[in-house]
Amino acid sequence: MKKGLIHWFKYASPASFYPLAGRIIPWAAVIAVLLFAVGLYMSLFVAPMDYKQGEGYRIIFIHVPAAWMSMFIYVVMVFWAIIGLAVNTRLSAMMAQALAPTGAMFTFLALWTGAFWGKPMWGTWWVWDARLTSELILLFLYIGYIALRGSIDDNRRADRASGILLLVGAVNIPIIHYSVKWWNTLHQGSSVSFQQGSSMSSIMLYGMLIMALACWAYTIAVVMVRVRSVILQREKDTKWVKNLAEIQS
Amino acid sequence: MKARHKRFVFIFVGLAALGVAAALIFNALGSNMSYFYSPTEVVRNEAPQNHVFRLGGMVVSGSVQRGQELTVRFLITDTANEVKVSYTGILPDLFAEGQGVVAQGRLNGQGEFVADEVLAKHDETYMPPEAAAALEQGKLEAMKQSAAGAGR
Repeated sequence: MKKGLIHWFKYASPASFYPLAGRIIPWAAVIAVLLFAVGLYMSLFVAPMDYKQGEGYRIIFIHVPAAWMSMFIYVVMVFWAIIGLAVNTRLSAMMAQALAPTGAMFTFLALWTGAFWGKPMWGTWWVWDARLTSELILLFLYIGYIALRGSIDDNRRADRASGILLLVGAVNIPIIHYSVKWWNTLHQGSSVSFQQGSSMSSIMLYGMLIMALACWAYTIAVVMVRVRSVILQREKDTKWVKNLAEIQS
Repeated sequence: MKARHKRFVFIFVGLAALGVAAALIFNALGSNMSYFYSPTEVVRNEAPQNHVFRLGGMVVSGSVQRGQELTVRFLITDTANEVKVSYTGILPDLFAEGQGVVAQGRLNGQGEFVADEVLAKHDETYMPPEAAAALEQGKLEAMKQSAAGAGR
């Protein structure tokens, strides 16, 4: 137990995490490409069309994984913000910083694909119901975090201020998740839940889950690339960065 | 307690306070957060009388009447109560009897809801057409059987 803990703390230092992240990138990238290939093939060719929506429903294969990722990435950022504020580790704030653009991208993707689906199915691009509005607020939270981080020059102060913004915004995550249960919304309820299982036919469900895993692998790969450049940028005056082979060459 | 433990406690107390505050706000807002009213709320006069609101529910099977000049009349139900709706315009593709819809408009004097926008509300079930047909078939069989059982 004690030994395990020390092992984890070792990677809390940017100097030892930097090469680890470098080793993770190719694995995550290859897995992401494979899963996207399988997932897209399943969702576009193998999965049957829907009895009511026809072919148009296929947008869920990207919409739902994107929406899941948008919320999950935020939760991970909140986790890093808590660790960063409480324990003062340098790496945790860097992780949050590296995750933010990907989270914002997935949020935008969820909103955008949702609008494309909404026009033919509901009859409108956008409505101000609780689910759509809270997801839009999530996009603003991501943008606000990135802007606040960028507007403060001193990195330690930027970490603290943007970390607190993340914590305050955490209230929004359960609201997004439960909005379709708590209030009448135009957006339908969840098709997949831990308590009730799924109300999708299994082949559609598997296609969607593979796409979700592909998004995970993609996120890991991209965030590792980004966190490496954040580490280099913020630790540029340290000795270990100056001794790196890729810096000296 | 070490300083970092104190900070942990501080953060979690702060988050809990924030959560409680949010819960209280949304509790106070209540149904104002909802996108539409149900037919039961309209029947109970809980829906606004003189201005525009949205009404959501299922279109009652067999209730759709297409009149002249694109005016469509139908009943919206939440299985407990029904409200008459009339709408002039183009309906979305998913609009059908037994389908969920959200209509925006206001009540006229006769208790009829005059809609100026109708949106289809989709439910969370996704299945291939064959599965839907099999499900429908199964329902019919079950109805036949229960009818035969009652006749005996």
